[in-house]
Amino acid sequence: MIETNIFTEITANHYLILSAVLFSIGMAGVLVRRNIIVLFMSIELMLNAVNISFVTFSHYFGKVDGQVMVFFVMTIAAAEAAVGLALAVAIFKRFKEVNIRFFEHLKG
Amino acid sequence: MSHQVLIAILLLSPLVGFIINGIRFRSANYLLAGSIATGAVAVSFACAVMLFVELLGLPAEQRRLTVSFFEWIAIGNFKVNAGFVVDQISSIMILIITGVGALIHLFSIGYMHHDKGVTKYFSYLNFFLFNMLILVLGDSLLTMFVGWEGVGLCSYLLIGFWFSDSAKAAAGMKAFITNRIGDAAFLIGIFILFTTFGTVNLHELNALAPAALEAGWLGTVGLATLMLFIGATGKSAQIPLYVWLPDAMAGPTPVSALIHAATMVTAGVYMIVRLNPLFVMAPNTMMVVAIVGAATALLAATIGLTQTDIKKVLAYSTVSQLGYMFLAVGVGAFGAGMFHLMTHAFFKALMFLGAGSVIHAVHEEQDIQKMGGLKKYLPITHLTFVLGWLAIIGMPPFAGFFSKDEILWQAYSSPRGHMLLWAAGVIGAMLTAFYMTRLLALTFWGKSRVDKKIHPHESPFVMTIPLMVLGLLSVVGGWVGIPHVIGEFLGHVPNYWESWLAPLITKLPSATMTAHSATEEWILMGSSVTLAAISAVAAYIIYVKKEGVAAKIAQAAGPVYKAVDNKYFVDEAYFAGIINPLLQASYNLWQYVDVNVVDKATYKITEIVRGGGFIVRSLQNGNMQQYAMYVVIGVVVALSYMLVG
Repeated sequence: MIETNIFTEITANHYLILSAVLFSIGMAGVLVRRNIIVLFMSIELMLNAVNISFVTFSHYFGKVDGQVMVFFVMTIAAAEAAVGLALAVAIFKRFKEVNIRFFEHLKG
Repeated sequence: MSHQVLIAILLLSPLVGFIINGIRFRSANYLLAGSIATGAVAVSFACAVMLFVELLGLPAEQRRLTVSFFEWIAIGNFKVNAGFVVDQISSIMILIITGVGALIHLFSIGYMHHDKGVTKYFSYLNFFLFNMLILVLGDSLLTMFVGWEGVGLCSYLLIGFWFSDSAKAAAGMKAFITNRIGDAAFLIGIFILFTTFGTVNLHELNALAPAALEAGWLGTVGLATLMLFIGATGKSAQIPLYVWLPDAMAGPTPVSALIHAATMVTAGVYMIVRLNPLFVMAPNTMMVVAIVGAATALLAATIGLTQTDIKKVLAYSTVSQLGYMFLAVGVGAFGAGMFHLMTHAFFKALMFLGAGSVIHAVHEEQDIQKMGGLKKYLPITHLTFVLGWLAIIGMPPFAGFFSKDEILWQAYSSPRGHMLLWAAGVIGAMLTAFYMTRLLALTFWGKSRVDKKIHPHESPFVMTIPLMVLGLLSVVGGWVGIPHVIGEFLGHVPNYWESWLAPLITKLPSATMTAHSATEEWILMGSSVTLAAISAVAAYIIYVKKEGVAAKIAQAAGPVYKAVDNKYFVDEAYFAGIINPLLQASYNLWQYVDVNVVDKATYKITEIVRGGGFIVRSLQNGNMQQYAMYVVIGVVVALSYMLVG
């Protein structure tokens, strides 16, 4: 088995760890932040963390499937951002603030 | 037409009449409704006659026309067809039902013409006939039970026909509930027979009955027949379930004539005659039947002595006459029972219709103390009523003489008869002669006690024609069953009735048969007729010649009179012994068990559910970040499970 230096040679593990860290940061953001804009940024962060995993495995296994999937994710993310931001604008117009608790007013 | 088609038309014609009148039940056009209903029954009668003629053309052993319309019940090996059979017994029954039924329908046109619910009335009447025909034609106990329940329903509907009067509605319910008690026993009887013999087909049951002796099923057969008989006591108003029939007089009078005198109440007798091979296998049951019949004949006759309502007298008389029929079948004289069933249908329907004509004439008055002297206002009704009276008190050569005398003779001479049964029958016949003469005298003879404002009038022809036809039948109806001794005397007149029924009637085991001479029969016959005649003359003297004697006798009898006048307090005893304890028990069950146990248990369950809902509801509070947290917790738990496990 060939010894590898984790500080000199970048392997798939490095990418996966980065992905996990980014995902966790994003998740923490979704759970604790109240500002809708920041929430969207956090969600974006999670999606992109997943994209990194896709690309990593795609490269590792030498298949393009994962990279194709990334494009899907980016498309969905853009659509989601469009809808989400429209909601944010509507909330802002009504309450002059973009706090997530205002969505509770949507309860019947 | 083939007999299948005839039976189908016979059955369906009243049903069609019921449907047509039932759909247009709000109509007050009595002529149209009555014509439809009467026409429907007349068609049935025509079919019945044609079937009878077809039977006559067959050799005696093959007189059995069957039809099966469809398979009604099929569970595994257990199969019941919607099958019907016309044989010697049921052909007579359908002739009586449709013939007397048609006459009573015709009478109803006149009697009910002022009633708003006349169309509904005729639809019920047609439906009753449909069910009655199913009862007598059904070839299995289950088919019979359908009709058995159907006639009970129609009886309830027609007794409570004027249901805005709560007493009449209550009478309907009393009839229905009393019948239910009998029906429960009837069902148990069917179940026992099915588990024992594995079939409910009447023909197969009768064929298997002799084998029961070898199979050692006599106890079971005895129990089953006893249960069937209890069912019959409900439907045919025998002790102890007779109490509903007098109250059933709350219904329109033609209904009393049709259902509560001529047809439905005889269903129990018909059932026993139909199953006579089974009953012969159960001597103990037959003894019970005979004793109950004789006791009912006596008890009801004594109550009839004191009643003042014209219909109540006839009602107790009906109970009493049904007692005679049960006495007959109880001593094994099934043919005589059927014979009395037929003659009774003629003369009792006649008397009820006559009573209806009287009630109609004196403006709904039913108290015979407020009648009297109606002879000159109602000549036709009076004449026909006299014919019915002569028939019921058993004067030769009227119909009742032959049938009643046959029963009394059999009660004495049959291997299962007894001197005491005969004595009860003769005393009953004397009482019958007395109260019937009293009824006739108080209604038609003597001085008029009718309210001065009322001007009695003879009924229209539509009502008197049925009376005349039934009057004729009350005279000649018995001539088909002239006993051998008289037949010999008149020069070899055969007993058509006996030979007609003979193939379906099981002969009693004749080991203990003692020879009875013709002289004996003449003596018994003569004594019963003489006693009845003396009794009738006595009643005539007491109620017409010497007014006031009746009251003195009543006073002299004191407590006995009081007991009889109050119908032996049987209703009161039933209330005290059964109904009130049941009501009290139900009340206690409601107050303690239902409120404290059932209600509280359900409240507890709702509280638990509501409490659980309150807890779970706090999880779903609309805070999306909290939802996201649940997802994360779930993922963490799942991942750690995968990593650890």
